[in-house]
Amino acid sequence: MDFSRRSFLKSAGLGFVAMGLPPGFLVRAAGAESSNRKKVLVVVFQRGGIDGLNVVIPFKDRAYYQLRPSIAVAEPASGAERAIDLDGFFAIHPALAPLKSIYDKGQLAIIHAAGSPDNTRSHFDAQDYMEIGTPGIKTTPDGWLNRYLSDKKIGGSPFRGVTLGAQTPRTLAGPTPTLTLSSIEEFRLRNQGMAAALQNLYANSNDPLFRQGGQILFEGMATLRSVEAKLPPSLANYPNGRFGISMRQIARLIKADVGLEIAFAEIDGWDTHVAEGGATGQLANRLKDLGDSLAAFHQDLGDRIEDVMVVTMSEFGRTARENGNRGTDHGHANVMFVLGANVRGGKVYGRWPGLAPEVLYESRDLDLTTDYRSVCGEVLARHLGQRDLSKIFPGFRSDTRVGVVA
Amino acid sequence: MSASLSHEQRVIHFLNRTSFGPTLGEVERVKRLGMRAYLDEQLDPEKIADGSAEEKVAALKSMRLSTRELLELYPQPKQAAKQATMMPMEMQGPRQVILELQLARLLRAVYSQRQLFEVMVDFWSNHFNIFAAKGADRWLTTPYDRDTIRPNALGRFRDLLRATAESPAMLFYLDNWLSASPNSVAPRFAPNDRRRGINENYARELLELHTLGVDGGYTQKDVQEVARCFTGWTIRQPRSEGGFYFEPRLHDRGEKIVLGTRIAAGGGVEDGLQVIDLLARHPSTAAFIATKLARRFVADDPPKSLVGKATAAFRQSDGDLRNVIRTIVESPEFFAVEAYRNKVKKPLEYVASALRLTGSETQITHQLLRYLGRMGEPLFLARPPTGYPDTAASWTSADMLLTRMNFAADLVSNRLPGSRVTKEIAGNAERLAQLIAPDSLSASTRAALGETSGSDVVALLLAAPEFQRR
Repeated sequence: MDFSRRSFLKSAGLGFVAMGLPPGFLVRAAGAESSNRKKVLVVVFQRGGIDGLNVVIPFKDRAYYQLRPSIAVAEPASGAERAIDLDGFFAIHPALAPLKSIYDKGQLAIIHAAGSPDNTRSHFDAQDYMEIGTPGIKTTPDGWLNRYLSDKKIGGSPFRGVTLGAQTPRTLAGPTPTLTLSSIEEFRLRNQGMAAALQNLYANSNDPLFRQGGQILFEGMATLRSVEAKLPPSLANYPNGRFGISMRQIARLIKADVGLEIAFAEIDGWDTHVAEGGATGQLANRLKDLGDSLAAFHQDLGDRIEDVMVVTMSEFGRTARENGNRGTDHGHANVMFVLGANVRGGKVYGRWPGLAPEVLYESRDLDLTTDYRSVCGEVLARHLGQRDLSKIFPGFRSDTRVGVVA
Repeated sequence: MSASLSHEQRVIHFLNRTSFGPTLGEVERVKRLGMRAYLDEQLDPEKIADGSAEEKVAALKSMRLSTRELLELYPQPKQAAKQATMMPMEMQGPRQVILELQLARLLRAVYSQRQLFEVMVDFWSNHFNIFAAKGADRWLTTPYDRDTIRPNALGRFRDLLRATAESPAMLFYLDNWLSASPNSVAPRFAPNDRRRGINENYARELLELHTLGVDGGYTQKDVQEVARCFTGWTIRQPRSEGGFYFEPRLHDRGEKIVLGTRIAAGGGVEDGLQVIDLLARHPSTAAFIATKLARRFVADDPPKSLVGKATAAFRQSDGDLRNVIRTIVESPEFFAVEAYRNKVKKPLEYVASALRLTGSETQITHQLLRYLGRMGEPLFLARPPTGYPDTAASWTSADMLLTRMNFAADLVSNRLPGSRVTKEIAGNAERLAQLIAPDSLSASTRAALGETSGSDVVALLLAAPEFQRR
């Protein structure tokens, strides 16, 4: 039954897009069957600046191999330690092999030469800009994911926006309270005898920061305890790292129908200034964690992948040329993934600017041809039914129809 | 609240900002000496006897060892050996070194009489952050804390900056030890030596995070030129000896222009030293450091008037940190009503202040450190070069609040191995409340305390919103 609904969505969606009509009613129709069964956006932030050129390798761009004599990934051919062909021009890193079948199924889209247009090479500023959604403008007080939750204002579930981890990221900071938790199992008071007193104390506090924090904490704990018994165990084989654990818990929250709309997880370790490695090595190890976790998540969700889209992003790419230490320094444009059942996957999107010296951004980095807000905006509009994108990305008007979402 | 703080509030506020939290004893002492004299004492930490804290730290053997000794005595365990031994993971090889370093930091924060000094050590450890789990930094961070940060934490900014630039821990963390002129291939280096060209990681963070600030007026070109100046600043065998040295054969001897200043061709180690002088005396650096210090001591978004005064103090005293701190702490902005209890404690500040307030007898074990990790501040393990943030929004997520509540309950009910709170503490709740909020607690906290009995009263005090702030 889910198959037929998906087919309907896909074909109908494509048709309406072709006619230039917004597919908003489709979104509502799909979400109507259960009040807390929501469309979900999962944002994965790769902190540290992932080297997109070694994630999705432009093996037919001959400059790639000249720029990276010691860290290039060999072009596709039979045998191990070679990139895996996607479309005859691009190939995916061999450590991401589990994503290839999802790509082939049409549920993974890749956008190359994408990212944030600001030219900062500061990790901190670049992450901040990406998270607040206004590159170049630091004074924006809230994150773009929080603006989405604030604009939509439906339902009062404490689980509308959830971060897996300890710290709330900038992108979920803002007027709508969101929940941050590192472990579903351990999200409970150890001394239950104090629970009532603590809850009252926070609820009546004259300190708004903690009153609000306490409210979402106690509501979140109560909701989790009420659904906990119903949570099915996860059968998929997630890696044991922090990111795998985060993705496993997001899948559980989705299946528990707690009203999740926005989930945020991060994965770090991408700042490969030294000994980055090629088909194997430092970057490959991190990519294995990333790819295995995403693949496990995809498998774990089963039919529920219908409701979900995962978007990956990183603050900047890295220098096209390898540096003196077989690594790469901070660069510019990067690669993004969009994964989900209703993604028009199996394709690498974005105009390829090339890697010849004269077309490199500031003579050193991959140039940017797709603003990450064009990608995220499309997901917000077509997956979550957001009508007015100017509220989410003020001052930004996408001039690119990326086309990754039906 | 009245337009100005009461004397009692001023004393508590002063201790909340210049120490890891008030204790009954310290409040009495400040009242006896006066804040001015107390600050004078704290700004001269060498003269403060600190036997009991140092005695606790002395039990941590690795804290006294040189890099070479650390590498010899705590080698990386082999994969097979890891599984064969019965020793828990955190007791093996360099993990033990990092564990002891974390313990020492927490012990000093709780027990040292040199509280302001320890506050500044924590401040600089984040400003000049090292990720202690990165490669050789597992052994290099202990000497970094002992020989680089601590001797300079209340000295001159330039000396501290130079010490970090020359520290093997920083050279390793930000990769400068590998940065080399692409033109000078030193013959003794093997063909597979990784040092073959510029690495701009350190140069960028030096400008952005250590000195000028991201808006301090430098360009990508400046980053590259600074990186060229520091080529050759490297480490002698990071895995067996680990000392800093300048290798002229790796150095780029060409001319450089840094922030408009010409650094003549033919230089050596003095190129980098010239950059350090240039940066330490740059007006953007004074403003950047002054702002961060004002943020630590006064408010997340510190008043412009105060930042102006602190910047001027920095410049007039050539970066004398005692001078800048005194200017901030003695300013009217410091004692303004708006500043009172407006800072949210970082996890280290929270845990240390709880242990201090309750007079816990602690021989800290890793359960306590694990709590710090869950609260978001595993010591010496911030991966990004920004270190841990010092603003409220970073420390108030639901997960962090919950962990603080659980910590408070475990501590007071003596379920935290290694820490002991006396049974009599429940009878002391009223006096402890006075140290948290001398103007009296909020009605809601009072009401909640009224419904609670025994040691839970103290746990509630530590978990209450009032105690999350300083």
